Parts: sequence; structure tokens; C-alpha cells
Amino acid sequence: MGREMTAPLVVFFVLAALAVIGAVSLILQKHPIHSALSLIVVMVALAGLYLLLGAEFVAAVQIIVYGGAIMVLFVFVIMLLNAGVEEHTNLSKMAGAPGLLLVVALAGFVAATIAKSAESVHAAPQTGELASTLEISNMIFKDFVYPFELTSFLILVAVLGATVLAQREKS
Amino acid sequence: MTSFLSTNAELVITAVKIALLLFIVLTVNAYLTWFERKVVAHIQSRWGPHRVGPHGLLQPLADGLKFLFKEDPTPAGADKFVYYLAPLLALALALTSIALIPFGPQPIRLFNHDIYLGIVSPDVNIGILALFAITAMGVYGVALAGWSSNSKYPLLGGLRSSAQMISYELALTMSVVGVLLMAGSFNLKQIIEAQAHHPERGIFGWNVWPQILGFFCFFVAAVAETNRVPFDLPEAESELVAGFHTEYASFKFAMFFIAEYTSMITVSCLCSILFFGGWLSPFPASWTFTHYLPSVILIPFGLWVILDGFRYETMFGRIILPGVGTAIAGLGAVFVLLPNVNEFIQAPFWLLSKIFVFLFVYVWMRGTLPRFRYDQLMAFGWKLLLPLSIVNVIVTSFVILVRMTWGAK
Repeated sequence: MGREMTAPLVVFFVLAALAVIGAVSLILQKHPIHSALSLIVVMVALAGLYLLLGAEFVAAVQIIVYGGAIMVLFVFVIMLLNAGVEEHTNLSKMAGAPGLLLVVALAGFVAATIAKSAESVHAAPQTGELASTLEISNMIFKDFVYPFELTSFLILVAVLGATVLAQREKS
Repeated sequence: MTSFLSTNAELVITAVKIALLLFIVLTVNAYLTWFERKVVAHIQSRWGPHRVGPHGLLQPLADGLKFLFKEDPTPAGADKFVYYLAPLLALALALTSIALIPFGPQPIRLFNHDIYLGIVSPDVNIGILALFAITAMGVYGVALAGWSSNSKYPLLGGLRSSAQMISYELALTMSVVGVLLMAGSFNLKQIIEAQAHHPERGIFGWNVWPQILGFFCFFVAAVAETNRVPFDLPEAESELVAGFHTEYASFKFAMFFIAEYTSMITVSCLCSILFFGGWLSPFPASWTFTHYLPSVILIPFGLWVILDGFRYETMFGRIILPGVGTAIAGLGAVFVLLPNVNEFIQAPFWLLSKIFVFLFVYVWMRGTLPRFRYDQLMAFGWKLLLPLSIVNVIVTSFVILVRMTWGAK
């Protein structure tokens, strides 16, 4: 403890706080659009954290793909369906009791892990060169080219499937 | 005080630069509206604004004052938070993207610090990616404005615009891949320098020749991204009143307006940097006499403004116009007399000239082209631009591969 508050550390805490607040607000918001906006805040804060780690490419892609493309589709669909405020029912006791138990268990697990690893876990090594675009492309297209191609094939199949499902039925 | 300045010099310099750039961009925006109205008016055989100030030059000021003093109603049932957030988001993102544009390669040496033209230094490794990241977020301003107004026309406009921007963003990103392949970098400075491999070729070394297909796709998609004519369906007056900003008035409307013009400037910067050599001169490097071109343009223009001012009808014009003309001609004279300054302004001069040309093309298109129908817009984006840009990527990578394998170099 007693670490000096350097500028990156301050930025880290601001971004981390933003991410947590966004995540909590995502669950608590009553309107789907507000939830989607909270999720965008989480995504952008995560991108900032990546940038702080020196992973520029990953940060940019995080914003382009998650913050831009995917979340725009979320917002678009919510607008298109004109989804209103969610109806909240009172928590049923059946769901409440196990839920509370799970929360306590999870919190305990996380706390225990942090407490145990505070000594043994060190800061991740500075990625530096490792995270550069060149290194990433070398990894994807040389070392892991087959898993990568298989994944892209899977995505292609999924796209085709979606197109077929969305097609109008021929009468 | 001095110690604070010396320890946080970088911060202070950046803050000053941000304030300066903000001032310049907003002023340029204001005069861009004047320029647009003038040019479109002349295309349509009208005079355009000419009452407020000489040649209507004070019109932007009057418009700005009007925006500030208009009533600012919030529609009943609007989602207040999102309604106020949307214009802020649109403007903030548009202005942030300008901050990533480098305006020259050489820093100015002042108080022992290298000060680059532009907020960030030109050497940002993910320059173009960061710009795309900001563009990708730009959809929210329009979409949320349309949704939060609680009104049917804005909602339709917002939906149209999100669909349009999602569709064209694909072509926009794909069309740049060719340039990135040729430069082998996301770095804007390296992209420009890659176009100067053969300094004697001048204009013929630029990316626009090998990447003419990519440029076509990029420019069309970029115009669509900025919601300008002929792709201004989100605000089609005849169908949607004013589209997504129907319910916005006063300065909140002005913020959307400024955001739109700022993204026009950003797109013009990107076109110049990616395809037209950025700050490179179109002439071969050995033609040093072309370095006097800025003065050759500025001095006669300044003299013409002075002459025009003496003949102007109003007393005000007869004072203001010669003053402005003297300033312009004086600037030109300074460039001739101080060789160091003249060398320094070459890069920004060419970049700004290219940006100006693209802004003119924007306005020209607005005065010339009719609006697309919605199904035409979608078909054009998905069935023509996207395949074309993919073909461009494949052809470019194939040529680069062939050159690397069997090439002379």
C-alpha cells in the first residue's frame, strides 16, 4: 500500500470506477435504452483500460466493434421495436432466497481470491511490443491460423443461417 | 507559478492548443456556412447572404447570436437525460476527431518545447483506427436524438440514419484497407510519407492513382456518413420535416449543425491525408520555385480584396474589406521576406488547400445532386460500394504480393 498516485494510476481508477458504475447502472436502469447506454460506458471504459496497458490496437478495436457496431445494433433494435419501460414484479421469494445465497457465495469467492493472491500476483508485465498490430497479426495468421480460420468458417455458417432464417417464406 | 509551468509544460501546451484549435474550428465552421450559402446561391443564380456586413461576411455572427437567444423548448414526454446528451455527444465526438488530425510534419520550437501543429503529435500508431473508433461512436448522437424526442418524425429520421450509417461504415472502413496495405501502417504520418517514396513524381506518387477505386468508395461512403446531400435522408425536409433534429431548437440545434460541419472538415482532412498526399506538394521536390506559391496566391487575393473594398457601397465595407485585404497581402509578403517561415508553412499550406478543395466539392454536390430514394441508398451501399471496396482490397493485396515476390525492388 502507500503507493504514490501517479497519473496513469489516477486514470486507471477513474476508468475502473466508470466501468463498475456503468455495469451497475446497466442492471438498475428501468429503460432498455438507458441500459444500452450504460453498457456503452462500460465498453468505452474497458477500451481506455486497454489503452492504459499499451494495447492500442485492442483498444481501438474494442471501441469500433463493441462500442460502435454491436451496441449500435442493440440501440437500433430497441428503437425499432420501440421497447417501453420494463415491468418490474416484486421479487418472488423462491428466486430471492437462492439468489441472495449465490451473491454471498460469489462475493466470498472473489474476496478470498483477492486476499489470497494479493501477495503472489504481480502486475502484468508491460506488454509493449507484444500488443502491437504486427505482433497480433503474426499470432493470428501464423501461430494460430487454423483455429482462426475455423472460427471464421463458423461465423460464416452463422451468417448464412441467419440469412436463411430471415428470408421471407416463398408462397 | 513558474515552477508549475515548467513541470506541467506538456499539459499547459496541450490545453492552450485545445483552446486555440476549438476557436479556429468553430470560426471555420461559421464561415463554412457562409461559404456554403454563397456557393449554392451562385450555383442557383442567386446572391446569397449580402445584407449583414460586406458580402454578408457578418452573417455567421448574426446566425450565432440568433441561435443563442432563441427559445429552447423541450418536448413533453421527452427522455430529458438522453435528449440533452445527444447533441453534446454529437458535438464532442466531431470535435475529438479533429484533434487527431496532424496538420504538419515539423514542430515549432517554442520555449524549449517541440510544438506540433494539431493536438496530438503526428506519430500516433493507431491514428486512423482511433479516427474510425470515434466515427463509429458518432451514430449515437443522431440515433439518440431521434429516439429521445418522443415524436414520430425524429424517430423515423433517427432510425433511417442509424441504418444508413451502419451500412456505409462497412464500405468506409473497407475502402481504406487498400491505403493501409500500401503504407503498411495505421500511422497517419507514415501513410503520408509512404506517398513520397518518389519525391520527383509529385502528384503522381499519391495514393489516389493506384487507389482510385478505394477513393471513390471512401468519398461516397464518407459523404453518407456525414449525412450530407445526396445522402441526407435522415433530415429529408419533404418527408420528415427536419428528421432527427426536428424537436431541437436554439443552441442544441446549433450543436448538431456544428457537429455536421466539423465532420465535413474531418472527412476532407482524411481524404487529403489518405489519398491526396496530405501535406505533400503536388510538384516534384526539385521545383523549389513552387515554394513561393502561397505568396503568389495570397498577395493578389489581398490586393483584389482591397480594391473591391474601395468600390464597396457601404461605409462599413469600405473600411473593413481593405483592412482584411491588407492583412492577407501582408501575410503573403511575410512569407516572401522570411524564407524560414515560408519553408515551414509549405506543409500546412498544401494540406489546408486540399481540405478547402474537398469542402468546395461537398458544397458543389449539395448544389447539384438530388437526394437518393431510400431503397436506392441501401442498394447503392450494399450492392455496389461494399463489393467494390472488397474487390479493391483483394486487387491491392494481390498486386503487393506479386511485387514482393517477383518485383524489381
